[in-house]
Amino acid sequence: MVFRKFFPVGRRDKAEEQEENLSRYRRLWRFSVLITATVSLAPLIILAVTSFFQYQKAFKAELLEPINRLTGVAKHSLEFFLEMRVDALKLLVSEKTFDELVDSEMLARTFRNTKRAFGGFVDLGIIDSSGRQISYVGPYNLQGAQYQDQDWFHEVTLREFYLSDVFMGKRRFPHFIMAIKHERSNGDFYVLRATIDSEMLNDKVRSLNFRPSSDAFVINTSGILQTPSKTYGKVLSRCPLTVPPFSESGEVIEITDDNGHQYVLGYAYIANSPFIFMVLKDPARLASNWLSSTRQMAVFTAISIVLILILTMGTSSYFVSRIREADQKREAMLHQAEYTAKMASIGRLAAGVAHEINNPLAIINEKAGLAKDLIAITEQFPNKERFLKLIDSISYSVDRCRSITHRLLGFAKHMDMREETIDLEVLIKQVLGFLEKEAEHRNVQINIDVPPDFPSIVSDRGQLQQVFLNIVNNAFAAVPDNGRIDIRMERRPEDRVAVIISDNGTGIPEHLMSKIFEPFFTTKNGYGTGLGLSITYGIVKKLGGDIAVQSKEGEGATFVVLLPSG
Amino acid sequence: MNRLRVLLVDDEEDLVTTLVERLSFRNIEAMAKTTGAGAIEALKAEPFDVVVLDAKMPGMDGFQVMQIMKELRPDIRIILLTGHASHECRTKALEAGACDYLLKPVDIEALIETMTAAVER
Repeated sequence: MVFRKFFPVGRRDKAEEQEENLSRYRRLWRFSVLITATVSLAPLIILAVTSFFQYQKAFKAELLEPINRLTGVAKHSLEFFLEMRVDALKLLVSEKTFDELVDSEMLARTFRNTKRAFGGFVDLGIIDSSGRQISYVGPYNLQGAQYQDQDWFHEVTLREFYLSDVFMGKRRFPHFIMAIKHERSNGDFYVLRATIDSEMLNDKVRSLNFRPSSDAFVINTSGILQTPSKTYGKVLSRCPLTVPPFSESGEVIEITDDNGHQYVLGYAYIANSPFIFMVLKDPARLASNWLSSTRQMAVFTAISIVLILILTMGTSSYFVSRIREADQKREAMLHQAEYTAKMASIGRLAAGVAHEINNPLAIINEKAGLAKDLIAITEQFPNKERFLKLIDSISYSVDRCRSITHRLLGFAKHMDMREETIDLEVLIKQVLGFLEKEAEHRNVQINIDVPPDFPSIVSDRGQLQQVFLNIVNNAFAAVPDNGRIDIRMERRPEDRVAVIISDNGTGIPEHLMSKIFEPFFTTKNGYGTGLGLSITYGIVKKLGGDIAVQSKEGEGATFVVLLPSG
Repeated sequence: MNRLRVLLVDDEEDLVTTLVERLSFRNIEAMAKTTGAGAIEALKAEPFDVVVLDAKMPGMDGFQVMQIMKELRPDIRIILLTGHASHECRTKALEAGACDYLLKPVDIEALIETMTAAVER
């Protein structure tokens, strides 16, 4: 762990490797989210879309069917209404003679009977072939009225039957007329003309329309209202709807009036008449249920999709994170095994080298010793003092070599796990022995503070050497030249001891504090393995201890290693 | 105290012959042998007080030689000398009957002290 130094060599490779690893887990996460979301959402979306169309179809059927039915019923009803009155007039002309009909009293009686039987008749008149009304019964003074020039008279003479639109005429109220031509035995003809109050038609239409939400009325083929409309006003007003195309049977269409309102329109042409029955329904009002249901379905689907996505992303994150942790653990174990094997090899190598060096070193030592003995016992040895000094110098170097080889052997012999009584001060001084030359060169001051009653502990010497070597190594890397490292030992409650190693180095940035014991976390880009503190943490835990760190960037770091004393 | 009689056994001839000479300056009678077999023969012939034996030698190693010597002279004091220090090696040496265990290179005064202590024990 180096907080201050940067090693440019290999930095890019390490960053690239980390980025590649992250990218691999991101791809895995995206793939997991995609697959899980597809599998979960596809049936939901298919179900929602299918339900939408089926519901729409059912709703349309439910909407249009009553209108269609009403239109059909109205067509038959109105045709029957008119036919009944036409038939009544036909019966009159076939049952009564011309003379009976032109007789005022007889015509009045016939009019009363017909009016009583069918209702709605306002007056009745007989018009001869010259177009003059020769007999009349009704509230108006129309006896002798001349109709020869009127269109309806021409039409009835040609077609033998005439049914007018609703109009005001001389009578000053909305009405329509029925006229029937009848051939006389002498080859002449006459016309029976009846006026019918259009209120009868209004009543009929009203009686058909039992739904308050709809508007039923009758228009003629010119688009003039023949009965009042709730939407478009009084009789004889212009209806702003386009006259629908002719159809034998009832039809239901969607239509927009001249005011821009949209409606569902049911209509039926009334046979042998200028009348068109119409029923209007406001689709917006009709669609309120549909919209409400559709909205509910959309909201439900949207919430489900969001929940599924959140759940999918959450689950994927959890599993990918578990996979990542497992990968890291596996990799850490592999690295630790590799590290341990490497350390064992180094230990064996060190032991071999130390052993091989110790033999020639012993010979040098004895030869130097013999030389010193010989010079010492020879009285007149030239340059005696100088030679003795040279031999002492050789002995001193042998001692240095011996301490190095003994330290190497000590390092090697503690590779195996073994519990023994350890004086932590001695152990730490041995560890510092490996770094004394660097401390000397960089003028790093090392202070060790051990209280007089500090106890020995029972632990594993080799493992503890590794722990303190890692921490002290990091401290050396973090401190500047002329820096300071303080090592303090304290007794702690519950039979524990603490070794506190502080430095005045670069410290650890706060955002990295939680990561420093993680495997593969390193600031030594391309140089460190990221395992030193991770292994240290593992060893301390294995020995039943604990490790903590306190640091402020720029002010150094303090590692506290807690160990059981027995 | 009588003059100490010491048998030094090590395959490094230069080492043992030098040691013999240095010990003689300190009034210790020492003989050098460079093989285990030679050392055993010497022990049969001479009444040595103490044997300083290298643990690692070609042919018979120090432990095998020590075993034979102990059979020949159960009271013989043996100090094992080696360039290789390990806990197992030390334990094995002491269990096999060695009086002490010294690591090369050894200081002559420390060697004499150890030998004297072994004989007096």
